[in-house]
Amino acid sequence: MSNLRQKVLVLYLANSALDSKVTGWSIYDGTGKEPHTTGDSDTPPYKTGLDALKAGWRVIQFPQLIPPYPNMEYTTSFQMYEFIFEKLEDAA
Amino acid sequence: MVNKADLLNTKQMATFVAKGFLRFDELVPPEINTAIMAEIDGGDITAAAAGTPLSQCYPPPSAIGQMLRMPQIEGIIQSLVGPDPLFDHQAVHVRQPNEDSAQGMHGDSIIDTRMHFDIQLMYFPHDVPLEMGGTLVVPGSQYRRINEMDIARYQNFLGQVNMVCKAGTILVLHHGIWHCGRQNKTNQKRYMFKVRLNPRVRQLRLWNTDDLPANVGAHKAIFTRDTNKVEDVQTILGRTEPWFENATGRLEIINRIKMWRFLTGDEQFDVHYWLTRLENMPENRELAA
Repeated sequence: MSNLRQKVLVLYLANSALDSKVTGWSIYDGTGKEPHTTGDSDTPPYKTGLDALKAGWRVIQFPQLIPPYPNMEYTTSFQMYEFIFEKLEDAA
Repeated sequence: MVNKADLLNTKQMATFVAKGFLRFDELVPPEINTAIMAEIDGGDITAAAAGTPLSQCYPPPSAIGQMLRMPQIEGIIQSLVGPDPLFDHQAVHVRQPNEDSAQGMHGDSIIDTRMHFDIQLMYFPHDVPLEMGGTLVVPGSQYRRINEMDIARYQNFLGQVNMVCKAGTILVLHHGIWHCGRQNKTNQKRYMFKVRLNPRVRQLRLWNTDDLPANVGAHKAIFTRDTNKVEDVQTILGRTEPWFENATGRLEIINRIKMWRFLTGDEQFDVHYWLTRLENMPENRELAA
């Protein structure tokens, strides 16, 4: 079995553009080297989604733009612009 | 009877409507903090049945009761949920030393779409340094419609508030706010006492409204350098949080306007023309006699 493990970075951006500002973030490290958890950092890992690409992260999910459901136009809920990135890193 | 001077003022109320919480640092005196720690350690804090009027909970010599009956705390409670609210539940939250992880981000209870709101009063009986964790709150998240732990994948937000505080600090939350217990990296247990309270009255002008200006919602020139120059209710409600999405952040201002209208009964109130623009339907107006 390969020692490569997936590392996942989730960035919440200010709008649907990949180069917009990071407003929220989560990291899950399949190598087990970085134990990330809720509230572990007040500073985002990158300023924009594009900066993550420049650092070598591969984007694997863009959020779809879905029109609001009728009568839900003013309802706020989950983060709208959730971009998911990955890296493969050696777990050894 | 709560003294008017102990009620919240209008700017505090606007801040609660905008951010979903208010904090009062070192409000509870050391002797009560010490007594409450003794009650916690002794397992002596008994919960009443859900739905019991708060005045019937924690009778003397309860130290928790002594804290909740402090004039300033009664004033905070009455301003938000009215006189003698109902006790919902209590919890003594304990974060164990050297934890592996934090609590997942969540909103308490279940999805709750009421305009009426409950409050959760959190009390920190001892100092909470950053490495001990403390409660994390996400300012302005209280109107987002989510169900409890559905948001647990969110680890961090720009502008999140870590409750690093001294003993005796009180944090009062709107029931919908996103929060979690942060990881305790020290070798000591961390305690926090929480009580949830339900209003028994219509939440209408319950705070000290002596400083509520008659022209609180008067239209201003908008999108100008001076629009937010004065720290008034409109400025407080119109200030977006760093984690808000550009467009959805504007909808959060709408949520705050609706809540302010609900709390004041002023159906004309607006912040920077956001709702007035939407409510302008000329086809429904008679322009000439």
